[in-house]
Amino acid sequence: MARTDQTPGIRPRATLGRRLDIAARAAFPAGCTVVLMLLTGAPLGIADQAALLPAITLACVYFWSLHRPAAMPPPVVFVVGLLFDLLGYLPLGVGVLTLLIVHGVALRWRSVLTLQGFLPGWLAFAGVAVGAALLGWALTALLSFRLLSVGPALFQAVLTFALYPALAVVFVRADRTIADPERA
Amino acid sequence: MIRLSIQARQALAKLTLPVLIGLAFGLMLLGKADTLLAERARMALADALAPIYATLAPPIAALRDTIGGATGLWDIRAENARLREENEQLRQWQSIALALDAENERLKANLRWIPDAAPTYVTARVVADAGGVYAKAALLSVGPNHGIRKGQIALDERGLVGRVTELGARTARVLLITDLNSRIPVILENSRAHAILVGTNGPRPRLLYWPEGSMPLEGERVVTSAEAGAFPANLPVGIVHFSSAKVPEVVPAALLDRLEVVRIFDYGLGGIVAPDALARLPERQGR
Repeated sequence: MARTDQTPGIRPRATLGRRLDIAARAAFPAGCTVVLMLLTGAPLGIADQAALLPAITLACVYFWSLHRPAAMPPPVVFVVGLLFDLLGYLPLGVGVLTLLIVHGVALRWRSVLTLQGFLPGWLAFAGVAVGAALLGWALTALLSFRLLSVGPALFQAVLTFALYPALAVVFVRADRTIADPERA
Repeated sequence: MIRLSIQARQALAKLTLPVLIGLAFGLMLLGKADTLLAERARMALADALAPIYATLAPPIAALRDTIGGATGLWDIRAENARLREENEQLRQWQSIALALDAENERLKANLRWIPDAAPTYVTARVVADAGGVYAKAALLSVGPNHGIRKGQIALDERGLVGRVTELGARTARVLLITDLNSRIPVILENSRAHAILVGTNGPRPRLLYWPEGSMPLEGERVVTSAEAGAFPANLPVGIVHFSSAKVPEVVPAALLDRLEVVRIFDYGLGGIVAPDALARLPERQGR
């Protein structure tokens, strides 16, 4: 593993339990993203529930790409995107492309955003949410050869932006505790 | 594992994202070229998830009922008065309906009317919203050996919900009448004029292509038409309502945003079925 080379020093022996612990911590971001995505499909009886799936997925991928990119590498984003396409009944590939671009953007902005606290990250996410919603809208319209109304896309962008703080509060806690492989 | 130099590993790590973005475009082409592939993957996923959602449904419903019950206690008196009044009106309507029904039967007997075959139906629970941001559909849990086929018609207790468009082993997907891809031949009840009901993904589908001179009227009832053999005649669809832009829309009779249980009717119609369903017909008959 590349990680062990980077931090020389004394550390506990890599027993099976410890390795499992590290693996579980590393899998937490992707795991909780998938579980949250599946939960948005449950019969919650909320109006416009369909917009929850893109909102939660985008927020998860953006947050973990920003704060723990090692646990949200591009292949994982690809698989999450595929699940997003299938669960959200989007044309195949639309969600994959959107999420990969969000991941790339988050990686590019990472050095600036992670140093400045929560608010700049949230404001930057507003741009990401609008961009992702418009990209999804344009690609869906293109792939189904039909002009779609922009209303649902804008609603999705606003919901995505508004939900982010609620998720981020929990994720920041998780990032410092259960998602940190260093604490294994 | 193959040992690579640090430079090679870094170069590979930098390449992953562009390569995967390229793959995403490939996936789009694949989805366009083979639409059945995506449909099968979706229904397989839905089959796997349906039991989970079905298990989650009762506790969620209980929680929702508790919250609804608490808020309902506030206006229980007003609600009671309203219901009494409505009950009174419905009794009057019931007597009228019974009289008309008896008269209708007598007239049909005189005319030697060929009665419509009684349709068979199965009742299924809606386990999840199977639409997305750009689609309106419901996922039904139907159990194995359900005998449901594509093109069968879903109704709730009030009116038309939609048609079965995709089938899994334990699930069925119903495209709602509000979906962008939904086109339903309808009849305006007062003028008996034909029109097409076109879904817009919004809560109210639009009326199009009514004959010149028989404009839909506000509040007019809309029922299905037997044209093209896709639907039986006279299923209640909704009521005409003019939007603020003077466009005739239909307020669906079915409670499409709160579907819990729907009935899937088999009217034995073979009118319009999606082309891919025909391609798979032999396989289905074999079962």
